[in-house]
Amino acid sequence: MGKHIVILGGGTAGTMTANRLCRTYDDRRECRITVVDQDDDHLYQPGLLFVPFGLAQPDHLVRPRPRQLDAAVDYKQARIERVDLDARTVHLAGGIRLPYDVLVVATGARLLPEETEGLTGPGWGEKVFTFYDLPGAVGLHEALERFEGGRLVIDVADLPLKCPVAPLEFAFLTDWYLQRRGIRDRVELTYATPLDAAFTKPVAAKALGGLLKEKGVELVTEFTLGEVDGERGRLVSYDEREVPFDLAVVVPLHGGAEYVERSEGLGDELGFVPVDPHTLQLPGHPAVFAIGDAAGLPASKAGSVAHFEGEVLVHNIGRHLAGQPLDASFDGHANCFVETGFHKALLIDFNYDTEPLPGHFPGPLGLPLLKESHASHLGKLAFEWLYWHSLLPGRELPGIGSAMPEHGKNRASA
Amino acid sequence: MPTTTYAGSAVPVDDEGFFTDPARWTEPMAEQIAKEAGIDTLTDRHWIVIRFMREQYAAKGTGPTVRVLGKTSGVSVKELYQLFPKGPAKTAAKIAGIPKPRGCI
Repeated sequence: MGKHIVILGGGTAGTMTANRLCRTYDDRRECRITVVDQDDDHLYQPGLLFVPFGLAQPDHLVRPRPRQLDAAVDYKQARIERVDLDARTVHLAGGIRLPYDVLVVATGARLLPEETEGLTGPGWGEKVFTFYDLPGAVGLHEALERFEGGRLVIDVADLPLKCPVAPLEFAFLTDWYLQRRGIRDRVELTYATPLDAAFTKPVAAKALGGLLKEKGVELVTEFTLGEVDGERGRLVSYDEREVPFDLAVVVPLHGGAEYVERSEGLGDELGFVPVDPHTLQLPGHPAVFAIGDAAGLPASKAGSVAHFEGEVLVHNIGRHLAGQPLDASFDGHANCFVETGFHKALLIDFNYDTEPLPGHFPGPLGLPLLKESHASHLGKLAFEWLYWHSLLPGRELPGIGSAMPEHGKNRASA
Repeated sequence: MPTTTYAGSAVPVDDEGFFTDPARWTEPMAEQIAKEAGIDTLTDRHWIVIRFMREQYAAKGTGPTVRVLGKTSGVSVKELYQLFPKGPAKTAAKIAGIPKPRGCI
């Protein structure tokens, strides 16, 4: 009887993992792979950034989940009730039980706008938006088209958040969009963040903060969102500072999937799965792993992280099934194109220990790091094709591996 | 590495004044660190948070974020900001003698 690997979540991380496992275990008698998700819509999340500016069409960003999976994968569309770690069983809606030999939690992060006082109250969907889901991004597109001037604030409620550079990209693109419409001089742009600078760590914070300044965006730091007062148009931090707005773009609090909270021993306080940061295995439960945004790691919640984790995860699942010790080789590698407007982008590359540094990626002759270029903008645009046709099918990218490359990085600037 | 003297003992701290060796911390040091952080008196509510920070550090190797504190310490985020007005996670970590909490991004 073969082993049964159950993957919860058919998004970026779950789909890549399932397809990679299919390449590794091509004999279904040896290994069966099941993917569970509650709906059928696979959303290309990086595209959400472009929807508010009319640069991406919403219906182009969604494709059916099962069609992204290898034909050998069993796909089940069902609500996940809970995981019983002791019985090694997943309980699905309708009383269905799914026993597993290996469990991979890949159900991502959930937006929790209702957890911030007033965020979903008066003004929500009218002058208070998020672009972190498709309906929000579409609503924001309409609001931006109607916007004729005033105070526009972009606010990150608190950490962790998916794609931590997306709110900065949104600020840069808003500057570009308003200039294109000829109304930039009628808008006060503000970026509010709970961090003590534009981004984490000094070198990247300086580079990205410098870009905000260059584009005339006011930076408000250590602003942890306590309340949204939509009626009076103001964001209020827990330390009682206020940022007034006519249009607010808020990245809500994030948490893990609901069923994680209902599953004893699976999640942390925020519903993320606290796996070992280097092996991705849940301490005390050797058959359980987590990947992507669902994992409670001190890493960026970005698709690139899921991709790099996948390499280590599939290797470690193999070692676990063979009764061998795991490789503790995941280093927190993340890699993001940061769109900066005017057909430019910059690239950042970092891991648990190394902050985003200048230099070149993946080596000295590669794309510039932390520096705007047209080439990086083209890379960002090309990424969508790569996502559907190379990354989701679980193919490796030549020259770009899980471990963060050291050569090409300029540490003298740190 | 810089050192600071609390309750008569020199302890190693980082550039921002956070303890780098939590084992060197003693409860009498807390009042002095708190005063330097602008908190005149440590109440029982402060001590709930301070002890919780140390327990979390011992269990997880890093102090909790404000959001996690609000969910798990028994003190709401609003009250945390009343107790530690200049940023609860950082101030409480400093008073509790643990390194600066590592936030994720």
